Amino acid sequence: MTAVAAPQQALEQLKPRTKPRRAFGPGSIVKYALVLLFLIIVLMPMYVLIVTSFKSGSDIGVTSQWNLPETWTLKSWEKAWDSLHASFIRTFELAVPVALISSVIGAANGFVLSRWRFPGADLVFTLILFGMFIPYQAVMIPLRDIVTTIGIPPGIPTLVFVHCVYGIPICTLIFRNYYATTVPEELVEAARVDGAGLLRTFGWIILPISIPGFVVTVIWQFTSAWNDYLFAIFLSNTRNGPITIALNALAGAQSPDYAASMAGALITSLPTLVVYVLLGRWFIGGLMAGSVKS
Amino acid sequence: MRRLRQWGPGLLLLSPSLILLAVFVYGLIAWTTKVSVSDEHNALGSKGFVGLENYTKLFTDDINDRFTHSLKNLLIFTVVFLVGAMFFGLLWAFLLERGVRGEGFFRTVYLFPMAVSFVASGVVWRWLMNPNTGENAGGLNAVFGALGLDFLENKWWTNPNWGMAAMAMPAIWQLSGYVMALFLAGFRGIPQELREAAAMDGASTYRLYRNVIFPQLTPVALSALIILGHMSMKMFDLIMSVSGPQWLTEVPAVYVWQTLLTSDYAKAAAISIILLLLVAVVIVPYLIYTNRAEKNA
Amino acid sequence: MRFTRRAAVAAVSVAALLTATACGSSDDSGGDSGSKKVEVFTWWADGGEKAGLDGLVAQFGTACAGQTFENGAVAGGAGANAKSVLASRLQQGDPPDTFQAHAGAELQDYINAGQVEDISADYDSWGLKQAFPKGLIDNLTVDGKIYSVPANIHRANVVWTNKKVVADAGITKDPTDLAGFFADLDKVKAKGIKAPLAIGKDWTQLMLFESVLITDLGPEKFTGLWNGSTDWNDAGVTKSIDDFKKLLTYTNTDRDALDWTDAEKLVMDGKAAYQLMGDWEAADLDAKKFTDYGYFTFPGNGTTFQWLADSFVLPKGAKNADGTKCWLKTVGSAEGQKAFNTKKGSIPARTDANPTDYPKYQQAAMADWKSATQVPSCAHGSACSQGWQGAANSALGAFSTNQDAAALQKALASAAQQFVKK
Repeated sequence: MTAVAAPQQALEQLKPRTKPRRAFGPGSIVKYALVLLFLIIVLMPMYVLIVTSFKSGSDIGVTSQWNLPETWTLKSWEKAWDSLHASFIRTFELAVPVALISSVIGAANGFVLSRWRFPGADLVFTLILFGMFIPYQAVMIPLRDIVTTIGIPPGIPTLVFVHCVYGIPICTLIFRNYYATTVPEELVEAARVDGAGLLRTFGWIILPISIPGFVVTVIWQFTSAWNDYLFAIFLSNTRNGPITIALNALAGAQSPDYAASMAGALITSLPTLVVYVLLGRWFIGGLMAGSVKS
Repeated sequence: MRRLRQWGPGLLLLSPSLILLAVFVYGLIAWTTKVSVSDEHNALGSKGFVGLENYTKLFTDDINDRFTHSLKNLLIFTVVFLVGAMFFGLLWAFLLERGVRGEGFFRTVYLFPMAVSFVASGVVWRWLMNPNTGENAGGLNAVFGALGLDFLENKWWTNPNWGMAAMAMPAIWQLSGYVMALFLAGFRGIPQELREAAAMDGASTYRLYRNVIFPQLTPVALSALIILGHMSMKMFDLIMSVSGPQWLTEVPAVYVWQTLLTSDYAKAAAISIILLLLVAVVIVPYLIYTNRAEKNA
Repeated sequence: MRFTRRAAVAAVSVAALLTATACGSSDDSGGDSGSKKVEVFTWWADGGEKAGLDGLVAQFGTACAGQTFENGAVAGGAGANAKSVLASRLQQGDPPDTFQAHAGAELQDYINAGQVEDISADYDSWGLKQAFPKGLIDNLTVDGKIYSVPANIHRANVVWTNKKVVADAGITKDPTDLAGFFADLDKVKAKGIKAPLAIGKDWTQLMLFESVLITDLGPEKFTGLWNGSTDWNDAGVTKSIDDFKKLLTYTNTDRDALDWTDAEKLVMDGKAAYQLMGDWEAADLDAKKFTDYGYFTFPGNGTTFQWLADSFVLPKGAKNADGTKCWLKTVGSAEGQKAFNTKKGSIPARTDANPTDYPKYQQAAMADWKSATQVPSCAHGSACSQGWQGAANSALGAFSTNQDAAALQKALASAAQQFVKK
């Protein structure tokens, strides 16, 4: 199969085929030493973030960044929360609608493209996919003009709209492959024989079995809307924009309060990390689905 | 009429998306292209068409060759980022593939940086890559000092020639896990019979990987490269949050932003379109290739 | 052009509105309706700058009862962050009620773009034309109209010292020319301080370079660099670049990673002896409770006063224009200028201020402002437009890494050719 692996299938593939062997040879020692070493390296930035966020005063400094805090304090967390909480809530108002709306659009498109082979379907699909890869700078200049001209209120509403539009390609791709691999042709055929039209088939037969696809697109769109900085900086500001803008203002200040910046970075990452930890399987599924693989 | 009946509802369902993408992707690209051939160099608007002048000026007449410098930075960043992320991703996948207890745990940890935004991780990487050495050393330099690896201490992204290689480190940190997941799925997708057949032939483990398994992973590697490559060309958030916009670490995406701040729309548009072409050169053949491969399947 | 653009927008609008409604979203959280709030946009978020703003706000509270102040500060050295935020807000049609802009060339960008309102009439009714010195009024006037109210005057060409470090090196007198400065820097270096001159990234380097230019070219030729009467290929500029290059050898090598406050910290910690910075540093050092500092005009600048002025404007489309006008009136008033400047470390733009109200450094600066030769600053927008400033910062950033003197001169010359007022 070409194109994207369906998330389900990708997840199946991640499962180990064989039980780890028990024997401990010199090879295994090297192997375990390496995986542990990499584990430490990957976690190192996390350590600095967490430790620094609990520091205060002269404890904070570039040269002492590896030390544990002399006194643990929540002061920086409070400061960070003070400057971030408004945008934190706004970012939910951004990411949740984006995740839901794009998923519905993606499901409809994906279903059509996986079943109805109208002439030129391949070309249309390729043109849709290309939209996923473009550098958004190439549309940003007129985009700003347009959203102001058509009167979408600045800030979150504008960003919701923009993320929905530019999320169409990836969501369509994910659902198309999901339906192509998981929905048996007979099911759709049976519905057609019963006289159900496309919309009915989609609404009554396909949507109910689309939950796994939805989970993947919801996670994907939620994460990318939450973490986006480029659209945010072009189309919103510290007053009405999402948390990445607010964090950048906090951490990019002229005498940045490092402890508060690090606490802010953790607050910013928290929702996506929670999604990742709770729904890790699906998160990975989403990542895999993002790859156009043959 | 019958055909319309057949395709009509589908097209109807699809058409809002198609219209939106036609306008907001292709329409706006056309619009940007139009701005890029105008002389809209300030907020006063455009007076006319100047052809490709904005483009040629970027290459021949940009102060200090700022644009070619940003392209050079992008090249170094991209090469280091791709090589680094592919190397670690493949290595981790290989290690886990060989069977490790608690694989799920390692997989989860290796992958978690992917969930963090560049803006957030930039905050800490700016600290980790502190350019001071010796007694003032902090961050990674302090770690090297403590481990007696003083020769590894360096100026990171403030190095005038290889700074962009250091800038790629946070990106490698963030995306190696993703590459690992792709390769792991690739490894596991190889039919067991293939391995067994190779074992029957008496192939050594080395030969098994060299001749049987790795060739099967080529498509995975290709799509990983494409995904990382197009991300790399668009790199903006990471650089903005680690170094801020400045000459040393400027890449085209940042240059566009800096240019827009001075309301030089035509120049910003020209840089954007060049960026788009760079991405298209890689992506379009790839999309055509996958499309064709799918038809043959 | 105009027409096609509008037509395109209309076409797109129809398509977009369809989905906008479908894509309907949460409430508009940013907008506050027709209120009595005045959102004041500045880059004064910390230290002495914040203290000055607070003083002004208190005065605003008494003078403009019924209006409430809303802080729209965005932090970042020399306003780099803030200016980018401001630019997007203006381009998004979401202007604050008033914003901070440097008087002079930088303000002209906003005027040219039609983003600020003419307030000449208010100048007359508030009696500001008599209150400000004529030279400043000339600098604010564009085609006979005035668009902003200056809150203060800052001086850019001041060197700040850590007295203890300087004394330890056996230096008893402030240097008055570059040769003397180099000799002193050597003395401090000999005491084991590797980088006696603290500096930060691009714009702080531009400030230092401008000071060197003033020394080597003199004030008149220096001013000429920005209005086109002095050639950037002048031999004097070449000499300045060489001197500047030599100065950089005394600076911290991690300069491109630092903002001005990081460099200030090097001075405070005794890791450096000197830093060239505007006189907001005085207020900032005071706010940080560091008292052991000295200051002198950049060696060789003589009595030249390199000025910049923060001013406030009435943006087109401000939601609460009455409130903004009351803010502007407060900013221009004698009380407002006193409340602001005693804290911020700058001197009042008004000529009727009483020096005894001010701390020691400012008294000296006020005396100098009256007598000194005035030159503008590019790093702070009084001499050059934002585009020119961006090009200059980028050129200095490049020089910081490649030390190519010829390339710097060429870059600055072409920047001048591109941006000098046509």
